[in-house]
Amino acid sequence: MEKTKDLRFYLAFLVLFAVLLPLGNLTGLVSNNTISLWGRYFCFAIAALGVDLIWGYTGILSMCQAFFFCLGGYSVAMHIVMKGASANGTGIPDFMVWNQVNSLPFFWVPFQSFGLALILGLLIPAAFAFVFGYFIFRSRIKGVYMAIITQALALAMWLLFLRNETMLGGTNGLTDFKSLLGLSLSSPAVKLGLYLISLAGLCGAYFLSKKLVDSKFGKVLQAIRDSESRTSYTAYRVLDYKLAIFIAGALLAAFAGMLYAPQTGIITPGRMDVRASVEMVMWVALGGRGKLKGAVLGALVVNFLYSICTSLFPDSWLFILGFLFVITVLYFDKGFLGMIEKISGGIGKRKSSIKEVAEQQVV
Amino acid sequence: MLLTVNELSVSFGGVHALDLSHFELNDKELRVIIGPNGAGKSTFLDILCGKTKPDSGEVLYNDIPVLGKTEVEIANLGIGRKFQKPSVFPSLTVYDNLLLAFKMKKSIFASLFFKPTEEIDVRIRQVALKVGLERELKKIAGELSHGQKQWLEIAIVVLQDPKLMLIDEPAAGMSDEETEKTGELLLELSKHHGIIVIEHDMKFVEQIANDLVTVLVRGKLLVEGSFAQVRNDQRVIDSYLGRANVQLENF
Repeated sequence: MEKTKDLRFYLAFLVLFAVLLPLGNLTGLVSNNTISLWGRYFCFAIAALGVDLIWGYTGILSMCQAFFFCLGGYSVAMHIVMKGASANGTGIPDFMVWNQVNSLPFFWVPFQSFGLALILGLLIPAAFAFVFGYFIFRSRIKGVYMAIITQALALAMWLLFLRNETMLGGTNGLTDFKSLLGLSLSSPAVKLGLYLISLAGLCGAYFLSKKLVDSKFGKVLQAIRDSESRTSYTAYRVLDYKLAIFIAGALLAAFAGMLYAPQTGIITPGRMDVRASVEMVMWVALGGRGKLKGAVLGALVVNFLYSICTSLFPDSWLFILGFLFVITVLYFDKGFLGMIEKISGGIGKRKSSIKEVAEQQVV
Repeated sequence: MLLTVNELSVSFGGVHALDLSHFELNDKELRVIIGPNGAGKSTFLDILCGKTKPDSGEVLYNDIPVLGKTEVEIANLGIGRKFQKPSVFPSLTVYDNLLLAFKMKKSIFASLFFKPTEEIDVRIRQVALKVGLERELKKIAGELSHGQKQWLEIAIVVLQDPKLMLIDEPAAGMSDEETEKTGELLLELSKHHGIIVIEHDMKFVEQIANDLVTVLVRGKLLVEGSFAQVRNDQRVIDSYLGRANVQLENF
């Protein structure tokens, strides 16, 4: 019953996003802009999966996921900018030239290679999550203190990336993306390709996360959320598990960021400020915490609403988001997903009771 | 000797919570610890399972020093703890609660690639039957009654297959019938495990105390003896009465 419902859900999702939207784009019914937007939403949904694993399943409120997202984004962006610079013949990105930097900083060098950029884009956030997580979890920091300390990290990193001396473009970030692997990023075909890759990335990330939470490992995560002390008295090394899931969440965020940067054409520190991380948590809270489907749904719906609302009534988006959040906390603690299940459950019940009445009448 | 404790002391903010000169427990012995509120009973168990660090003292479990080890290491040595307030995993099913407790490799990779086996399933059902939860296996643990949660936690401890079980007020909040069932369960478990039980309910203590009863008062060991001896000991009665606890007097 649950399985067939899940299958129907997946099928509807795939028909809509893997068949209808691309077909619409090819026949000209769906604009390139829309395709590119949804491609970016998929990236957010991947990052939301990470938030859900860390927060929804394990109960660790991490408020620095946007930072990991940007680490991934910046690494791909750096590669694209490097390629652009070597095409110009200078070998040094424009913004550095303007800042009178004449030689390439050492940490930019590896990003000349696409493969290395991909590896570093995952390795750096993972290493960061490992070191940071190790010290936090070893000191048994949890709950609201965890939220505060991760926010502090996000803020510190945001300030660091804002500075011109960091050699990452400062406030303006990295932009002017021309081509990736020789493919022009402005061509509609490449945009559609990136959209499809992001969709595939989302499906892959979902599938792996699903495997993870359905395994015994996933049950231990929920056990940690329920009662950390009981988990350690049952002989599970809680630190290992928390660290593993924190790194997994960081990797998901970084992977999402890598897909995001080439589709947006720009990456700035604005993507990694505290608000960006809080928003990621809100997607999951609104979609339905502790359910992977909820995280995906939340990220897609909130960002879709954001696009609609900011074009219809530009000033009121934050009010709408705040209103949604309050309503969800007050009445739908299981988020959009819980709301949908409640409604469909209600209809299902009514249908079966009508059937019963009908059967009784026949008898 | 399963457990030997010497000169164990801990104080919280200047107050001596525990100052235990000597304590011994045999293998497969069921020992009941009683004492008025604040006597240091739960603190004693907290130290044994690694939750609280003592100021000084020695705890030997099968001649292995326990102090300074982490909770996980102590659990792996074979010491299991049941808390006063039922501590289970409320959002998991009863079956999953028991599965997580089952003694096996518990590293990340072992959990990632864990495959359920028939042996585990049989054992879980066996223990569930023992504590009377065989019909509730699919239920979410948070939906169980208070008494059932207590039993579930005992089952969790049993599945870890410890040599020493530390059980804190198992009958708290249970009906008379449930209390008696719990007593029977503990007596049966004491055939295979060493058990320390903390309890207030004197009727329950009488039911399970076939062996020694230890009385703690203000962190110190007052007397150790059979239930009858302890019940008639004037010092025990006084210490309970002094705290306006008439439970023993009425007995």
